[in-house]
Amino acid sequence: MTETAAFTWTAESEAAAQKHIAKYPEGRQQSAVMPLLDLAQRQNGGHLTIEIMEFIADYLDMAPIKVQEVATFYTMYNHKPVGKHHVQVCGTTPCWLRGSDEIITACKKKLGVGMGETTADGQFTLSEVECAGACVNAPVVAINDDYYEDLNAESITQILDDLASGKDVKPGPQIDRQTSAPAGEVTTLKEFVAEGEGA
Amino acid sequence: MLDDKDRIFTNLYGHQSAGIEAAMKRGDWDGTKELIEKGKDWIINEMKESGLRGRGGAGFPTGLKWSFMPKESDGRPSYLVVNADEGEPGTCKDRDLMRHDPHKLIEGCLIAGFAMNAVAAYIYIRGEFYREAEALERAIEEAYDKGFLGENACGTGYKYDVYVHRGAGAYICGEETALIESLEGKKGQPRLKPPFPANVGVWGCPTTVNNVESIAVAPTILRRGAAWFSGLGRPNNTGTKVFCISGHVNNPCNVEEEMGIPLKELIEKHAGGVRGGWDNLLAVIPGGSSVPVLPKDICDDVLMDFDSLRDVQSGLGTAAVIVMDKSTDIVKAIARLSEFYKHESCGQCTPCREGTGWMWRVMERLVTGEADKSEIDMLLEVTKQVEGHTICALGDAAAWPIQGLMRHFRGEVEARIDAYHTKAAE
Repeated sequence: MTETAAFTWTAESEAAAQKHIAKYPEGRQQSAVMPLLDLAQRQNGGHLTIEIMEFIADYLDMAPIKVQEVATFYTMYNHKPVGKHHVQVCGTTPCWLRGSDEIITACKKKLGVGMGETTADGQFTLSEVECAGACVNAPVVAINDDYYEDLNAESITQILDDLASGKDVKPGPQIDRQTSAPAGEVTTLKEFVAEGEGA
Repeated sequence: MLDDKDRIFTNLYGHQSAGIEAAMKRGDWDGTKELIEKGKDWIINEMKESGLRGRGGAGFPTGLKWSFMPKESDGRPSYLVVNADEGEPGTCKDRDLMRHDPHKLIEGCLIAGFAMNAVAAYIYIRGEFYREAEALERAIEEAYDKGFLGENACGTGYKYDVYVHRGAGAYICGEETALIESLEGKKGQPRLKPPFPANVGVWGCPTTVNNVESIAVAPTILRRGAAWFSGLGRPNNTGTKVFCISGHVNNPCNVEEEMGIPLKELIEKHAGGVRGGWDNLLAVIPGGSSVPVLPKDICDDVLMDFDSLRDVQSGLGTAAVIVMDKSTDIVKAIARLSEFYKHESCGQCTPCREGTGWMWRVMERLVTGEADKSEIDMLLEVTKQVEGHTICALGDAAAWPIQGLMRHFRGEVEARIDAYHTKAAE
């Protein structure tokens, strides 16, 4: 046993973990394995380790292999370090039709890395993902927990620039448009828009 | 065109607040107690009468599905599970319902759960929808604070809880039994049926899995009456539907419309038309990536509902309309879907695990034309070997886009092979 690799919850994570476990019926704590892996990954700066998976297995009274099965089945669990900003470009057909190739090229050029690679300064990891589920706002890039939508080469480059220099960036559509409504004048719900106060 | 007064999702775009006060002004949580007091049989009967068919893709009648749940508990609790694992390429409607109109879903969870004797609802939301999960959590907390959920939900004496469970990136978890496995903390690999979830679902208990939209429309249907809902659309294809229009249109958007709206009208009225005009249309995938593509001549007059699209050998699916204009490399568009299914196959059944990769590799060769024409029939034969030979429908979903391509665009595929060989011979 190496001491350096040991993982344990922070007080805050522990409280969150207990809240997750409480959602499921008595004795069904295994159901919390996914939220707990996510929690641990966040606490660990973006990726999982064998030690973390073993810790969670112990915490939930599961066989370690069962935790590893889950951790390797789902794509959002990372098994090697990722950058501070995980840039995930959707390349599935609806995004491809609206220029995701151009977005991928722009990201590679701006970051100087290939798909699946991390910049030398550890700031950015670039990945291609399957359908992000925001197809009417294509092309779409998810960066950490936020979606950036209606992109082109210029706007994604600007976003990456701003993130690199620590500036705030605004998620959502990068063109003049309210979420998934058609650009320009809405075709429905005009009254509701008029009395709207914004989400 | 559907009147605004007949639209259910009046905050689809989030112009107004998603909070509970604004939601109540829009009519949510209005008379929920009275609806519940009308009883389980009344609720299920109204849902049946409304003609609502499941909005997740398969189109199974929602009221009938609810009626499969045990009327009396044998000691095991029952559960409602909401499928919010939206991941069918082209589809992004549930995202809007959850971030902008979450109270419709949560009220629906209570009413549907009551009708099927459930003790709780679990909303399984795809992990990438982090902000949407936050919006749901906020709305659930508001509902508890108002006493709409919890020990004495809406003052009915009925105890009911609603929880959010985030996925972690796996399209297959949109399949109901894979979703149940995942909710139990396992790999999302589909189960054999029977037993069906209504008998043995999550944690071995009776479970109904419904799409977000199916549950979210229920309170409005019950308030306005089955006759109102069934008066919209066409027989056997009733009500309203949230359509997602993506790809080569001038203004891609989500919009709630009447079932059975002509595809052309849908695109022209709401999405600003096809880029370059209707005559620049090449093809449309009308119901998410799993349904076969339709060429322009069918798109000219096809109606957007379950039966009309089935009649042209495609499907309404999730009502995600992916539009492709004449600039599209249609072979590549479908090959990219093949890559998607190869990536998302869970690996459990051999025909799908091996077949999706095999189909994708042949599709990639057809994109460049570096193939023999006999491979087209060989590929079609493989799609038939995968289709219907797997535990879940992912194998079928991977086969159908290729079959649709060859049904309508075989000439294009062959021309490309010819062009490649002509060039190679020069």
